[in-house]
Amino acid sequence: MRLRGSAVVMTLYLLFLLIPIYWLVNMSLKTNTEITSTFTLFPNDLTFRNYAVILTDPSWYMGYVNSIIYVVMNTVISITVALPAAYAFSRYNFMGDKHLFFWLLTNRMAPPAVFALPFFQLYSSVGLFDTHIAVALAHCLFNVPLAVWILEGFMRGVPKEIDETAYIDGYSFGRFFIRIFMPLIASGIGVAAFFCFMFSWVELLLSRTLTSVNAKPIAATMTRTVSASGMDWGVLAAAGVLTIIPGALVIYFVRNYIAKGFALGRV
Amino acid sequence: MEKTQNNKAWFLVLPVLVIVAFSAILPLMTVVNYSVNDTFGDNQFFWAGLEWFEEMVTSDRLHEALGRQILFSAIILAIEVPLGIYIALNMPKKGVWASVCLVLMALPLLIPFNVVGTIWQIFGRVDIGLLGHYLAELGIDYNYTNDPLDAWVTVIVMDVWHWTSLVALLCYAGLQSIPEAYYQAARVDQASRWSVFRFIELPKMAGVLLIAVLLRFMDSFMIYTEPFVVTGGGPGNSTTFLSIDLVKMAVGQFDLGPAAAFSIMYFLVILLVSWVFYTVMTNLDKEEGK
Repeated sequence: MRLRGSAVVMTLYLLFLLIPIYWLVNMSLKTNTEITSTFTLFPNDLTFRNYAVILTDPSWYMGYVNSIIYVVMNTVISITVALPAAYAFSRYNFMGDKHLFFWLLTNRMAPPAVFALPFFQLYSSVGLFDTHIAVALAHCLFNVPLAVWILEGFMRGVPKEIDETAYIDGYSFGRFFIRIFMPLIASGIGVAAFFCFMFSWVELLLSRTLTSVNAKPIAATMTRTVSASGMDWGVLAAAGVLTIIPGALVIYFVRNYIAKGFALGRV
Repeated sequence: MEKTQNNKAWFLVLPVLVIVAFSAILPLMTVVNYSVNDTFGDNQFFWAGLEWFEEMVTSDRLHEALGRQILFSAIILAIEVPLGIYIALNMPKKGVWASVCLVLMALPLLIPFNVVGTIWQIFGRVDIGLLGHYLAELGIDYNYTNDPLDAWVTVIVMDVWHWTSLVALLCYAGLQSIPEAYYQAARVDQASRWSVFRFIELPKMAGVLLIAVLLRFMDSFMIYTEPFVVTGGGPGNSTTFLSIDLVKMAVGQFDLGPAAAFSIMYFLVILLVSWVFYTVMTNLDKEEGK
């Protein structure tokens, strides 16, 4: 009896989650006339025109390209610098380690709104405004701390005896780290990379403030088009659907670590 | 785990320090600088002391935004936390369905913030949105662009849609760590469903639940993109939360001084919450190590 009750609750909740998404997908497959003139639960006149518009117009699809470029740059930078740091935090006590770890956390928690204007001026003054690297570096503000915390959470699960054995066997630190340690926490690296990718991908405020044309992310392209042409709902919906896809594609692989990733490696 | 004392570990942390210092400390110093200076453009600054802070502390605009922000965060927590726990308790424990639920529930968490806004903007519209359409058909006068209450309801439902899964997933992870023997013992004792929850599940979830509450508090406290896309802070100022107001002030009106003073006070709140978060985390880690 109880099982049935839970099933009902879960079904209702999942419906609540999925119906708005369904509506977006539904709209992206309709023509604009169908959207505005009639109210239909399924597209009567199934069309892929909206997707075609996005995939053939450079001002649209370059938005995706720009987003992907800075997101990948950011993920690579974050993971590269976070790996040794997380190892240090998980294995050693050193002067000021706790303060440093706390300070990193405050950056993950900091509201991007506080940083928007200073970032704009900082990157303008060094000539990096409207470049991919500017956005990638700006996103390091919250992604590097995130990666350090997540990786530290995974690394503490690896017994220290492994390090010691490797050193006794004559491995240098670098060789040990790359050949033995990194494969052991491969899933941790994957999860950290996934979350860096995700948080950089979903962020709008900083990426919009730091770009104008050349590195304009898809998120900003979407907001601009809403106000400019106003009524092209189908294309807007299609653009939205396309931004959901990267997350939806890899979600299955990280499903057991989702909670751990969102909780900064602590669950 | 026993850690060794080794100050050379600083070298491993150095890259992180450099990169985060560049993207956090430098901008923060700029903000501090602005907050105590006045400018007439052309990079000419005049010492203004604590004037901006005084202005901000007594500003009605800030008080209102802060009031709305606190109300919003409170409502969010009051809905999402109990709902999240409830959902976590009802999730299948293992098997295919557990995976399906995990994947589907995580989906809203991974949607770009502005697309979340767009989804609900469309979904709630009376002319083309499913929700708006059926509410109108039921005879409910619902219009989130005109009516402040409707705007609030829309923003809150959107946030519940977006983030309840986070609370649920964290609680679920906490529940998974309870050994089956505990439940067997409870069955032997003929414990009621409520006492199982109160004395077994809740204590085991307490740690992760606290993390969930803090994360939700922080993220709702700095919410920007979603309400900005749906309502643009309107109608009037009714959904202008702290971040929206701050961006309006700093980027829209270029009132650097007040905006900077505002930022610093904002940041102090963040610092306080982060400290609570950190203390909780380290205590949890210690308990685990026992």
